[in-house]
Amino acid sequence: MEQIRLETSEYSLFYRDFRALNRINLEIPANRITAFIGPSGCGKSTLLRSFNRMNELIPGVRTEGSVLLDGSDIFREDVVHLRKKVGMVFQRPNPFPKSIYDNVTYGPRIHGVRNRSQLAQIAEQSLVRAALWDEVKDGLNKPAMSLSGGQQQRLCIARAIAVEPEVILMDEPASALDPVATIKIEELMNTLKESYTIVIVTHNMQQAARVSDFTAFLLTDEQRAGNMVEFGTTSRIFTSPTDRRTEDYITGRFG
Amino acid sequence: MRKTVQTAAFSVFWLAGITAVLIMLSVVGYVVVKGFAHITPDFFTTSPRGGLSGEGGIQSTVVTTVYLVVMTLLVATPLGVGAGVYLVEYADQAKSGFVKKLTAAARFGVETLAGVPSIIFGLFGYALFVTTLNLGFSLASAALAGSCLIIPVIIRTTEEALKAVPDSYREGSLALGASRWETVWKVVLPSAISGITTGIVLSAGRIVSETAIFFVTLGGSYRTPTSLLSSGRSMALHVYYLAMETRAFDKSMATAAVLVVLVIVMNLSINMISRRVTRGTR
Repeated sequence: MEQIRLETSEYSLFYRDFRALNRINLEIPANRITAFIGPSGCGKSTLLRSFNRMNELIPGVRTEGSVLLDGSDIFREDVVHLRKKVGMVFQRPNPFPKSIYDNVTYGPRIHGVRNRSQLAQIAEQSLVRAALWDEVKDGLNKPAMSLSGGQQQRLCIARAIAVEPEVILMDEPASALDPVATIKIEELMNTLKESYTIVIVTHNMQQAARVSDFTAFLLTDEQRAGNMVEFGTTSRIFTSPTDRRTEDYITGRFG
Repeated sequence: MRKTVQTAAFSVFWLAGITAVLIMLSVVGYVVVKGFAHITPDFFTTSPRGGLSGEGGIQSTVVTTVYLVVMTLLVATPLGVGAGVYLVEYADQAKSGFVKKLTAAARFGVETLAGVPSIIFGLFGYALFVTTLNLGFSLASAALAGSCLIIPVIIRTTEEALKAVPDSYREGSLALGASRWETVWKVVLPSAISGITTGIVLSAGRIVSETAIFFVTLGGSYRTPTSLLSSGRSMALHVYYLAMETRAFDKSMATAAVLVVLVIVMNLSINMISRRVTRGTR
């Protein structure tokens, strides 16, 4: 039996009167990679952004049902505290226009780490874990913007790791990267899952098949609300889906 | 046929462009050439002596101008930048309908005020600061009235600078568990600083060159101010007084030349500031 890290039950999300997510029931296992797949506009990114409550930045968003992190309601928790535990990596690398070092130590500083040697240690550890240390160790004070796209994305992963989250959400983390950089990110995810629970949204089904342990397939219904059609181990979803729509999507009949 | 139209159109635009540049160059050139003919080292080191002959230099007016700019910016910068930050970073988060109406009114006010002639601010300043608050013709009255004039400008440039900061920076920071304030202070403002500084320097240029508003708030004393409640005369005011109330038109022109060069230098410094700041961060 898998240990469950994130759990939604009858979870719906609305933009004013429009229902974007419809009664999602999902259990995301700890220390595994779970992929959300589905066609554009199916709500997979919205669902991902529910776990660190980033949707709240959009005016007029409200939710029903519950989302639990380690059994406790995330909507009752202080959002700052929640986001410390649930980190995020975005579609486009978004390092701050600061040095590499300042990017990685931004989170720890915000959360109260002042000691210089401790910060330096966190920076090194995080960069090592994000498989970027060897490439940047001689130029930590260089601007993050001088790195390549793939390096920037790994820097963003290091930045997220530096606050020691339990969960890392990845919103199409490789879609803006070239194939070589993509492979590096995928390999990295594989090592990271030992310490973190990873949830990834991807457009790329091969990527989902390559990296994830579990897969959730989402699809919009007639009212354009996102529904979860099927959830299971990645190997089962990709070899013997139980739902006709999952099979159609995976075999490339639409999407 | 199309080619001829194209050539004709280009010629018209080219002529328009060249004319605009020529007009600007001839105004600046005329003032600078005419003015600099009368400038001697003494001109900068002595103060005006008053009287109809307009004797003396411009020392006290330069000092007064500096005081005025510093005082005005001390009042206007925190208020203007603060309001700009509120409007861009916080106003949309407001839940209460009253606050929303208030920010809508503030936005409309900023738009409108940015186009109001400066003498209106002068009259307001005269009525409120000079007479009602009994500050008299003084640096304090002038700096407060000048702040009213430039706060809308600073708010707008701050807003523009903040809107130019990509949302992905804000998201990145918030997703790390930073509060909205930490995000604004540590990520957004540093990225917007060159735009904000540009607005502040432009406003400083406005204070240096405005005349009417200070005519009715600063008074016109040609002595160096000794306190916030002293009257004074900025360089732009001095140009006006010399031209209209003395026989020293050449000295008015010389003062104007110094003023023009000063404003040009300030505008050039904007480019330098934004280039330096940008290089530091990107």
